[in-house]
Amino acid sequence: MAVRVDLRTTASLLGTVLKGLAWPLGVLALVALGYGESPVPFAAPLVPSVVLGEGLERLERGDTGPREAFLLVALAWLSVALVGSIPFVLAGTGVLAHPVNALFESMSGITTTGATVILAFEVHSRSILLWRSVLQWLGGLGILVLAVGLLSRLSVSGAQLMETETQTRNVTKLTPRIAGTARLLGGLYVGLTALLVLVLLGLRVVGMAPNMGPYNAVAHALTTVSTAGFSPEPASVGAFSPAVQWVVILFMIVGATNFVLLYYLAHGDPSRLRESEEFRFYLAILASATGLIVAALAFEEGVSGLDTVRHAVFQAVSIFTTTGYATVDFDAWPPLARHVLLIGMFVGGMAGSTTCSIKTLRWLVVAKAFRRDLFTAIHPEAIRPIRLSGRPIDEGTIRDVYTYTLVSVVIFAFLTVFVIVDAARVGLALGEFEAMGAAASTFLNIGPAFGIAGPYGSYESFPVSTKLVMIVLMWVGRIEIVPVLVLFTAAFWRS
Amino acid sequence: MRVVIVGAGQVGSSIAASLDADHEVVVIDNDADRVESLTYSLDVLTIEGDGASLATLREAEIEDADLLIASTDDDETNIVACATAKTASDAFTVARVKRTNYLDTWQEAGGAFGVDFMVCTNLLAAETMVRVIGLPAAQDVDVFAEGRVVMAEFCVPEGSPVAGRTVAEADHFPELTFAAILRDGDIVIPTGESSIEVGDELIVIGTPENARTFAGDLAPGRDEDSKDIVIVGGSEIAVEAARLLEDRGLHPRLVERDPDRARELAEQLAGTTVMASDATDREFLQREHIGDADVVIAALGSDEKNLLATLLASRIGVPRTVALVETAEYTDLFEAVGVGAAINPREATAEEIIRLTRDGRTENVAIVDHDRAEVLEIEIGEDSVLAGRPIRESAADLPTRVTIGAITRNGEFVTPRGDTVVEVGDHVVVFAETEAIDTVASQI
Repeated sequence: MAVRVDLRTTASLLGTVLKGLAWPLGVLALVALGYGESPVPFAAPLVPSVVLGEGLERLERGDTGPREAFLLVALAWLSVALVGSIPFVLAGTGVLAHPVNALFESMSGITTTGATVILAFEVHSRSILLWRSVLQWLGGLGILVLAVGLLSRLSVSGAQLMETETQTRNVTKLTPRIAGTARLLGGLYVGLTALLVLVLLGLRVVGMAPNMGPYNAVAHALTTVSTAGFSPEPASVGAFSPAVQWVVILFMIVGATNFVLLYYLAHGDPSRLRESEEFRFYLAILASATGLIVAALAFEEGVSGLDTVRHAVFQAVSIFTTTGYATVDFDAWPPLARHVLLIGMFVGGMAGSTTCSIKTLRWLVVAKAFRRDLFTAIHPEAIRPIRLSGRPIDEGTIRDVYTYTLVSVVIFAFLTVFVIVDAARVGLALGEFEAMGAAASTFLNIGPAFGIAGPYGSYESFPVSTKLVMIVLMWVGRIEIVPVLVLFTAAFWRS
Repeated sequence: MRVVIVGAGQVGSSIAASLDADHEVVVIDNDADRVESLTYSLDVLTIEGDGASLATLREAEIEDADLLIASTDDDETNIVACATAKTASDAFTVARVKRTNYLDTWQEAGGAFGVDFMVCTNLLAAETMVRVIGLPAAQDVDVFAEGRVVMAEFCVPEGSPVAGRTVAEADHFPELTFAAILRDGDIVIPTGESSIEVGDELIVIGTPENARTFAGDLAPGRDEDSKDIVIVGGSEIAVEAARLLEDRGLHPRLVERDPDRARELAEQLAGTTVMASDATDREFLQREHIGDADVVIAALGSDEKNLLATLLASRIGVPRTVALVETAEYTDLFEAVGVGAAINPREATAEEIIRLTRDGRTENVAIVDHDRAEVLEIEIGEDSVLAGRPIRESAADLPTRVTIGAITRNGEFVTPRGDTVVEVGDHVVVFAETEAIDTVASQI
């Protein structure tokens, strides 16, 4: 039977993506030269990616249907991860010299996860550590374009929900053309990143951040707005002053906010953000999580003033927004605080942001649908549409949300079991809580977890097989499961 | 005044009937039978044809008309008729529509489609229903003088404490006038000695508070607020009624049989609990405790279904029922067999349009007892027979069967008594039989 997917069109579009990678690789090569480091790790993959990209791009391009788009999305993230790992292998320093570690780091980057295999940061060159941040920033940009541009056209539930929630008839149509919308939101993303760089440097100028140099300002801005979480500092954001930490908290919250709403806010229309039910829900969740953690810490160790609050807010925001920075080793926190963070991994930020995980919009719909179910249990004839910000959403979308949430939890459960079994196979001592944390943190694209994979630990010591499975699931989780799993159905390939 | 009426249905013909004595009336309808019957019953010129076509309107000499009333049963035809008339004439155009979205557009645009005045049947009917619900035991309620005066029609129920008393005994209210009693098809203008009997229909005019207290006297135990309201049927009027109730902070329940329509309604009505079920399903009625509701409104597609639904509701213990009745002749029948109030959507529309056709001073009109009588609100001018004289004196100059029900002066309620002096600028609310209306309107 003939394959019904237009592989030429998909390959041609993929070629454009690969060719586009020449820009970041080129910039990094120049950065490496500037720091007196070898530009070869970046220059070497630049040539084949341009040649291959150019070659693929020349293929005949037809109409992009849903199948081509799904395939493109899946392959784009996979191939960028593969190309992104080449500089790590070529640099050959530390654990990154191993191809699986390199791919893990690269996939963790492009999926804005932030799980790292690095424990000894000092052996790596500045340009290599910056490359991790650049990958995350590209991943954040990619997911924004994907959310507004492609997922809505592919009828993946999140996008339709987002349209209701942002009170936009069609999120892809802030401008009449999708490309225009993507450019607007991309511009906003670039602008926010630039703003954060300036703010961080400004703090240094006024003496509130003595160790925040231009290198760190750029590296952290790239991974904050993308809610991704790689840091070139072994102590993560804990290496910087409290002022920097508060600024990073604010920008993580902004990065986890729906960019369509941010767009309207930037254009002087705060009403949509104010009226957004999801935004209030998201802030309420962040506030209660912080409150719980502060209470847990105060109970265990006594309140040490603003520091406790800052650490609680920082860790809660960092985990809930799926960023993954740390200012303290939260693995050493009391059980209540650690478990709030584990649960938080499943929450995520708002739909239409750079965050990963299940997202507050889905949880809001699940909560409302369940409340409705409780009502209809007593009044079976009652018809109660679920409303978001006052506008009804259709039942098909609610079913999709239920399914997505359930499938996410099931995949997490299977991954947890696999991590435990695989660790036992090689004799790695791993508790169940640690395994759950590592599974959730990779599949839901948060980054750090607990135990060996804690905020100041690394994923290096997991068996190679576990790392490979995690690489695949970071990929699956980032692009909202469907675009990858659909490739494994017969219906996708045949008519 | 030359008036062209497009559509000789219930609304069109009742407007024609109220105008034919004093104005040149031309009625256009595309139904030959209707045109013919109207030719004989009213003193009007009739034309058979399409009221939305310029040729027909020309035939009706639209160029010389002062007023065009488009009142067919089709919204679009009415709007097009107005727009067409505007191309050839300066006549004031009135369109009757059912759907509120046309009204919304018209209001939002500050006038649109060449329509100078738009009357929305569904909205008016819903408003009437909600008003009636607001006053216990009432069959009809109309408001005057910006809500300071109400006209209410009550039926004296069996066992009412008021039955058997005289008007003087029953009327211990300072701000309420007993305007008329409808008994066995006759209109009685009551005096203090007139007795009130079971089955009488009382027309009272006064302040909303006094009317309310009187309703409590008339039917004790029903005077608490109606909070739990069930609407049966998902017609457009039902939607409007639910919306009006929501605006008052109530959370009505609405029962619609078709699940798709129910879903549609549920999406429109955020404050209403919509249920997809047959309202005659006893098990459903029991499970949802419909019998405990304060009021059941039947707004289904047909009069027969509305009758059944309200009777069933009464049987399971609902104290008050309101039914929508499309056929005007059925309203009495409905109320006779036990429907609390039967509301005809076209009546409110006709009232609204007739109000427009009266000369400048008539502010409001309510039609009573199938147009046998009317209640008018009139602003007193210099040349009014009432101006500057006590009512006792001026009464002699008015036709006999007229009652002055209420007066408002600078927004304050004034109870009309024999020695009350009416001033220029007062608003008076009068009850008058239809044959005396035109005299009354010109004298006051």
